[in-house]
Amino acid sequence: MQRLLASLVLLGAVGASAAWLVTAPQPLPADVVAQAPGDAQRGARILHVGGCASCHAAKGAKGADRLKLGGGAVLATAFGAFQPPNISPSPDGIAGWSLADFDNAMRRGISPDGRHYYPAFPYTSYARMTAGDVADLFAYLGTLPAVAGEPAAGAIKFPFNIRRGIGLWKRLYLDTGPVARLPATAPAQVRAGQYLVEGPGHCGECHTPRDIFGGLDRARWLQGAPDAEGKGRVPGILPARLKWSAAEIADYLKTGFTPDYDSVGGSMVEVQANMAQLPEADRTAIAAYLKAVTP
Amino acid sequence: MLRSMFAAVLAVAVILPAATAAAGPIEDRQAIMKGNGRDTKMGGEMLKGVVPFDAAVANKILANYAAAAKAFPAHFPANSKTGGDTEASSAIWTMPADWKIATDKFQKDTAAAAALKPTDAATFGKAFGMVTANCKTCHEGFRIKKN
Repeated sequence: MQRLLASLVLLGAVGASAAWLVTAPQPLPADVVAQAPGDAQRGARILHVGGCASCHAAKGAKGADRLKLGGGAVLATAFGAFQPPNISPSPDGIAGWSLADFDNAMRRGISPDGRHYYPAFPYTSYARMTAGDVADLFAYLGTLPAVAGEPAAGAIKFPFNIRRGIGLWKRLYLDTGPVARLPATAPAQVRAGQYLVEGPGHCGECHTPRDIFGGLDRARWLQGAPDAEGKGRVPGILPARLKWSAAEIADYLKTGFTPDYDSVGGSMVEVQANMAQLPEADRTAIAAYLKAVTP
Repeated sequence: MLRSMFAAVLAVAVILPAATAAAGPIEDRQAIMKGNGRDTKMGGEMLKGVVPFDAAVANKILANYAAAAKAFPAHFPANSKTGGDTEASSAIWTMPADWKIATDKFQKDTAAAAALKPTDAATFGKAFGMVTANCKTCHEGFRIKKN
């Protein structure tokens, strides 16, 4: 009996340490982590592709205020209320961060003090970014206005409020490989679009449905999903659901008008405002990828 | 010849104000938006050069916008929050002050655009831009796409 108890305790201890181990943060290895110096000028484009301002600038901010990244509106989802933090170069933001800290946040979802971030911060997509783009973005963020103040913490529901559990979640869903299988003959433009859509642009985070654990259902990649905040539906954007030509997709991203001159709406308004800032070649590449993906 | 034919066809098409059947507020406001969409398509194609610029048509489009903006807010009574595949967001009724700001701006901008009375494509482009900047700001918070 005592032996049984002892083995149970031992088993429990082994299980707990195993759980502790598999949920541990996995920082980027030294040969992968982004290297300084980044190019701030090139980083501006990455900021727009990544849509940083959509969550980290004040809600409804226009013009220069979109570069004040003190933390924006709460994202109210079924998992709880997520508060985007201050990412401006202020002591309340990321002023004290190293490039490695920033890269581990972007591509591993780990804070400088070694905690997991919630995937409301779309590092599952950012994980596909190149080290160079991360370095450029970091350099650019450093040139933006410092905003004082930390926004109040969000309110996450049980069991999702156990941050350590995200470590396990990451083992299931944090995958740096490409999502869509493109033919070997896919043109460079389509591949450039794949990088923008699946990586920094994180289009799949809203346009792909999620499973019960909040991971993206890759079998239904970009096929449309219920809105994360419960406001209607986010449309599918692959040819099966979206009948627009590549030129029409690129034009929509630039002007905010559909081919029928309906206008962009909902959360896509922010996204389109970002996309309009990009070079034409990026919008064309995104469109080329969306036309090339076969589910 | 072809040009004037185009213009004639366009003029007939835009001269009709948005069909406002007395079916109910949801149908009425949808008809107004449908009219806006039709006018915007026409204006956009003129500005892109898909169809030739016609000042009469352009001014009619702007007049239609102003009339639509004026009529629009009256079609959101409290009993029309749901039903009839409406895409109206509940924010229209829960944030009435914000809604009023948006609809007031739409009225002000459409009136100012119509007052420009453009005689060339460049001026029409300016007026068109003043009006259509309202589309996304309003659809961001007050419309919910269901499909």
